[in-house]
Amino acid sequence: MHDYLQVTVGAVLVYNFVLSRFLGICPFLGVSKRIDTALGMSGAVIFVMTLASMATAAVFHLVLSKPVEIAGLGTIKLEFLQILLFILIIAALVQLVEIMLQKFSPPLYNALGIYLPLITTNCAVLGVATINAQATYSVWLSTINGFFSGVGFAVALVLFASLRERLEMAKVPKPFEGMAIALITAGILAMAFMGFSGLC
Amino acid sequence: MGTALIALVLLAVTGAALGVIIGLAGKFFAVKTDPRIEQVTEMLPGANCGGCGRAGCADFAKALCAGEAAPAACPASSPEAVEQIAAFLGISAGGGEKKVAVVLCGGDKTHAGQAAHYNGVSDCVSASLIGGGAKGCTFGCLGLASCVRACPFNAIELVNGLAIVHNEICTGCGNCVDKCPRKLIKLVPKTSEVHVYCSSPEKGPTKKKVCSAACIGCRKCAKNAEEGQVEMQGFLARVNYNNPPSAGLVEATGCPTGCLRTPEEHYRQETATQEVA
Repeated sequence: MHDYLQVTVGAVLVYNFVLSRFLGICPFLGVSKRIDTALGMSGAVIFVMTLASMATAAVFHLVLSKPVEIAGLGTIKLEFLQILLFILIIAALVQLVEIMLQKFSPPLYNALGIYLPLITTNCAVLGVATINAQATYSVWLSTINGFFSGVGFAVALVLFASLRERLEMAKVPKPFEGMAIALITAGILAMAFMGFSGLC
Repeated sequence: MGTALIALVLLAVTGAALGVIIGLAGKFFAVKTDPRIEQVTEMLPGANCGGCGRAGCADFAKALCAGEAAPAACPASSPEAVEQIAAFLGISAGGGEKKVAVVLCGGDKTHAGQAAHYNGVSDCVSASLIGGGAKGCTFGCLGLASCVRACPFNAIELVNGLAIVHNEICTGCGNCVDKCPRKLIKLVPKTSEVHVYCSSPEKGPTKKKVCSAACIGCRKCAKNAEEGQVEMQGFLARVNYNNPPSAGLVEATGCPTGCLRTPEEHYRQETATQEVA
C-alpha cells in the first residue's frame, strides 16, 4: 500500500514530469494556449503513457532484464538495447492503437486523434519507460506509474494553459510578450511545485 | 562484434515484426471513408472559421459529400472555388449573397472621448462589464479589439481606437458579430456602398456631447435617398440593406457630421485622423 501511495503521489506532485523532471516540455509549451487543446493533449498523454509503461515493462521483464543465452556466443545481457527497443515498441504500439481506435471508437479517435502522433516519440513517454526500468517496477506498478505520470503531466498542462489564457488578456511589458512570459510563468509554476519535494 | 551483431539482428527482427503487425492491422481495421471528403477539404479554404455552421472545413466537406449542405454555404470560398467544388461533386452550388461585416460606429479617439480612464484587461467584453465601458458614448466602439482577435482572416483593423472591417478580406463568416458587446457589427450585402457609421439611438444633442461623428437624426440622407432606402429608427438613420442606396447618396446628402460614408472613405478618413493624432 505504501508503495502505491509513493508511486501515485510521487508521479503527480513530487516528481512531476514537466515541472520537476523537465521532460515533455515541447507539448507543454506547444499546446498550452487554450484549455480545450490542453485537455485533449492531456488525455492522449495519459493514454499513451499508461499503454507504453505496460508494454515496455512487460518487454523489460521478459527479455531485457535477464541474461540471454545464445548458441555460439555465450550469455549476453540485452539491457543496452533498452532505449532503442522502447522507442520501437512505443511508436509501433501507438500506431496500432490509433488504427484500432479509428475503427472501434471514432469519438475517442476524434478527441485524441491529432494528439496521438504528436506524443508517440515524446521524451516524457520514453522517460516514464526508462524510469520504470531503472526502478525495476513490476508490470502492474509500472502501469500505475505511467498512468499517474500522465495525470501529473495533465495537471501541469491544464494549470499552465489556464494561466496562459489569462495572460493573453493581461498587459505584459513589451520585452516579455509571447513566449518569454510563458517561460517565466512555467518557471514560477515549477517553483511552486518544488513545495511538494520531500513529500515522499 | 558478437554483441553488435545481436543488436543488429534483434532490432531488425523486432522492427520488421512490428512493421508487419501494423501493416496487417492497417489492412484489417481499415475504415472505409468517402475519398472525396479529403479532396473537397483541400478545395475549401481551411480557415475553419465556422461561417458555414459546421465544426470546421473537414466537417463541412463531410456534409457536402453526404449532400447535407450546398457549396455556397461556405462564406470564405470565392465564387470560382464554390463552382469548382460543385462541379467536382456534381451538385448545384446553391445560391446566396456574399456578405461582409461592418462596424457601425465612427467614434474614433479623435471624435469620441473617453468618460473615464480604463486600465483593466484589454478586452471589450471585460471593459463593458465595468459600468458599461469607459467610452463617453455608451453605444460606440470600445476599441479594445475583441472583434479583431475573433476574426480568423485578420480582416479587422484597429484604426485610431476604432475597429474597421476590410471589405476585400472579409468573408462574412460572422465570427466577430457575437463578440462585440455593443452589437455594433452587422453582416450586410457586399454590394452595399453606403453605411451610416453610428449605432446610438439617443437624441441628437445628447450624442453630440460625447461624439462629433454621430448621426444626429437630421434626416437629410433619408430625404435625398429614394423611398425606403434609408429608414429613420427613432433618432438614428439606418440604411435599408434590402434596398441599399448607391454611393452617390453621400455627395447628394452632405451629411453634417460625416457619419454617412462609403467604406473606402471611412477607412481613408480614419487613417488620416490617426496620423494627425
